[in-house]
Amino acid sequence: MPSLVKDRRRLNRPVLVGAVLAAWVLIWIPTRGLDTLGLSPADLTPLHHWLNDVNDTVGANRNSSPFFLYFVNEIRAAVDSFVTFLQDLIAQPSYGRPVPVLGWLGVVAVVAYLSWAFAGWKPAVLAAAGFVFFGLQGLWEESMDTLALTLGAVVISLLIGIPLGIWAGLSDRFHRLVTPVLDFMQTMPTFVYLAPLTLLFLIGPASATIATLIYAMPPAIRLTAHGIRSVPRSAVEATESLGATGWQKLTGVLLPLSKRTIVLGVNQTIMAALSMVTIAALIDAPGLGKTVIKALQTLDVGTAFNAGLAIVVMAVVLDRVTTAAGDRARRTGRPSRFRRPLLAVFAVAAGVCCYLSYTYFWAAEFPDDVSIGSDLSKGADAVARWAQEDLSTATEALKNAVTYALLNPLEALLVQSPWWLVGAVAVLLAVLLGGVRAAITTAVCVALLIGAGLWQDSMTTLAMTIVATVMVMLLGVLFGVWMGRNRLADRIVRPVLDAGQTMPAFVYLVPFLALFSATRFTAIVAAVVFAAPVAIKIVADGVRAIPAATAEAATAAGSSAWQMITKVQLPMARSSLTLAANQGLIYVLSMVVVGGLVGAGALGYDVVAGFSQGQLYGKGLAAGAAIVVLGIMLDRIARASSPSKGSNHP
Amino acid sequence: MTTETVISVRDLWKVFGHKAELVPRSDELKALSRRELIERTGCTAAVREVSFDVAPGEVFVVMGLSGSGKSTLVRCLTRLVEPTAGQVVFEGEDILGAGKRRLRELRRHKFSMVFQNFGLLPYRQVIDNVAYGLEIRGATKTQRLRRAREVIELVGLEGYEHSFPDQLSGGMQQRVGLARALAVDPDVLYFDEPFSALDPLIRRDMQNEVIRLHREVGKTMVFITHDLSEALRLGDRILIMRDGRQVQCGTGDELVGAPADDYVRDFVRDVPRASVLTLRWVMREPRPDDVLDGPELGPDVIVRDAVRTVLAADRPVKVVRDGTLLGVVTAEEILTVVTDVEAAA
Repeated sequence: MPSLVKDRRRLNRPVLVGAVLAAWVLIWIPTRGLDTLGLSPADLTPLHHWLNDVNDTVGANRNSSPFFLYFVNEIRAAVDSFVTFLQDLIAQPSYGRPVPVLGWLGVVAVVAYLSWAFAGWKPAVLAAAGFVFFGLQGLWEESMDTLALTLGAVVISLLIGIPLGIWAGLSDRFHRLVTPVLDFMQTMPTFVYLAPLTLLFLIGPASATIATLIYAMPPAIRLTAHGIRSVPRSAVEATESLGATGWQKLTGVLLPLSKRTIVLGVNQTIMAALSMVTIAALIDAPGLGKTVIKALQTLDVGTAFNAGLAIVVMAVVLDRVTTAAGDRARRTGRPSRFRRPLLAVFAVAAGVCCYLSYTYFWAAEFPDDVSIGSDLSKGADAVARWAQEDLSTATEALKNAVTYALLNPLEALLVQSPWWLVGAVAVLLAVLLGGVRAAITTAVCVALLIGAGLWQDSMTTLAMTIVATVMVMLLGVLFGVWMGRNRLADRIVRPVLDAGQTMPAFVYLVPFLALFSATRFTAIVAAVVFAAPVAIKIVADGVRAIPAATAEAATAAGSSAWQMITKVQLPMARSSLTLAANQGLIYVLSMVVVGGLVGAGALGYDVVAGFSQGQLYGKGLAAGAAIVVLGIMLDRIARASSPSKGSNHP
Repeated sequence: MTTETVISVRDLWKVFGHKAELVPRSDELKALSRRELIERTGCTAAVREVSFDVAPGEVFVVMGLSGSGKSTLVRCLTRLVEPTAGQVVFEGEDILGAGKRRLRELRRHKFSMVFQNFGLLPYRQVIDNVAYGLEIRGATKTQRLRRAREVIELVGLEGYEHSFPDQLSGGMQQRVGLARALAVDPDVLYFDEPFSALDPLIRRDMQNEVIRLHREVGKTMVFITHDLSEALRLGDRILIMRDGRQVQCGTGDELVGAPADDYVRDFVRDVPRASVLTLRWVMREPRPDDVLDGPELGPDVIVRDAVRTVLAADRPVKVVRDGTLLGVVTAEEILTVVTDVEAAA
């Protein structure tokens, strides 16, 4: 009876996992508080001191070591001059003038013109309106700083990323080499790129741009390679058979036919860059991010809301314009015969606007007297106050329920257990869920966390991550199943989720700061909202992908809706559920860390503090590494436990 | 066949896999079947020891089922796939020895190819697709547009110059592919299953188109197909492949009349024999009691065309070439073929 044996083995796994967890709790009761490896916020381990020393040594040798003189400093200088040039152009007073070269009128005109030329009428109107809105908010200069940094990083990312992508598209060997690196880079939270870079490039716009371009380059490489690889074989062969040179093949077939995918890569690069530029405010990048962070740190909801709104508007404008440009790249067809003359006419008009904004003060500096920024701030403040005062019963109840029922017990279990107990449990779970290889990875990760000297902070962060992931999965299953079963729901909800995914991570903190003030719970809710879209979409796609015949057969057998969901749709979408959990986990982790800004403490706080206080630098660096290790550990366990495709169909 | 040949292929091998070049060199490995070779070495032999000649102006068809290696073979002839071993002599030059630059020259001027999936560039109008080969070899814009218009007219696409490929039907798209191949005025046209993706009716149209073009421009053509009736319609000679090896090479009536083995016999079983076989294949030795003053016919007359004469005659019809009596045909032989009773080989 082979099938029975198989069933028993299957049943065993959850039972064993449950047994391990139960044993953990039992051992926890007597050993609570032993060997917890606690470290107070100001305490340092020898490793942290050593890292501080490294930082000091690097600082001392910055202008003498050849590695810095001829390599690092050169890069920094080149990037810096490029970004400064962009800032001079649109953001900062420059060349002895009280205003930038291009004033608001010029920038709006150029943006509208480019949006129209590449994307069409509607995106152009949206872009112009969005940019005028920055001025009205009283955030023109900050917005332009953010835009200049984003553009700088995007331009460099594309200059490096697209050729690398072409290379990866043409060469199998390079593709195999680069794919795991890109996978790894994309699972990293935005945060962890910052710390090591400051070691090399100091803080400021240059290192912010470098961090941004490293973060934003992978989608450009990946999608360019993907586009080139998916050009139909027949078109390539036809070109080769006509005797095309390699260059003719590239420019005549490969690039034109992958244009749409490459534009999609440009879109993702821009969105990633914007997201990172705002967070790079932590290492002193100018712009909207800085305004938000300052406001978050002083719990000034109104100002944070105003600047956060500007970030959202910029994200929407950049996303819509590049998406529309991508849609246009797909269309074949002759342009209308008015296009050429219109291009010229509008170019002249934009040129005139640029000249006006260069020459006249009214067109250069956005007028103050029409500002609605302070009204927006005050409005947001009022709403926040109302929410905190009048909604407090509801929000407090929710907050307390999650905190006392889920977060505190879990945190107590993780944080107060001896390190060896947690480590043993983690390795055992990895063995049960993933096998020996996952267990080895986990053991190494546990050792590294201890080595980083941040065991307790890591456990606190882990507790928050687990709670948030559980909530993400609840939402994912709830909405995912709903959307998977109901086309109308899918059509309505999906655009909202898509829009949510384009937002830079930390604008999510603002509204929840208003609702829940600065606590761990705020970070958790922000993380849940940040991570839920991706989980929901994956679950919905999984449910939808179930063959219609299977669902029909179940209906014909007389299943109720509930039976259908629990007996057919969820079991069959199991691999999607694991994937959703895995992705959700990574998203949550990156947001929980950002939550260090609003009182979530732990690793995120260590990183932030490391940027601002010299003596905590080493600890911040170690905390960044600990986040990476935590991410790898969770990712490996989740990935290893996901069922292979075959085991779905017994 | 002492006349000059355009393409001469000798012992051509294409093996895919690790250390593939060792396979054709080893007599032991060469003798293995495909499956045995995969088990022994992990290599797949797509083309094995193929040799043939193509004469100028000839339509040479390579036929086989999918996986028989025919598409790989035609790609080896143009080195879109790099052959593992052997010789491909094109107009006296072994193109396997040609350098990159020389190969490009050959592709630009000497041969061009029509593909199963058309391989058109979707973002270019028909006329620019047709002119693409000329553009690649550096023709000026006026030159290439003039030439493109000529061939567009030749394949019957006037009026569609400025359409985009996705606005055309499959048959018309393949006309564009055909025009693109013709535009560079090559000596040889290679067709890789060009009509397999088309509906049967359109396929017939396009076959007629190829026959017409062949009459008008007289190009040498190498045509790959899996469809026997297409092969018989178009081909002056047909090469049948199976598992990478050539099984038989000959004219249509040779294949039907004298299949080399059971595989070919199986293949040609459903062919209407009367419209393929010639009298050569059905005639018999004159017997002493035959009256030999009946009408005369040549040995290359197709059975179908001889039916009326033979049935009308009250005595055996003589099959004669240059005054020599080769054999006789009576109603019995003709009816055997026409009623499709398989001739005992």
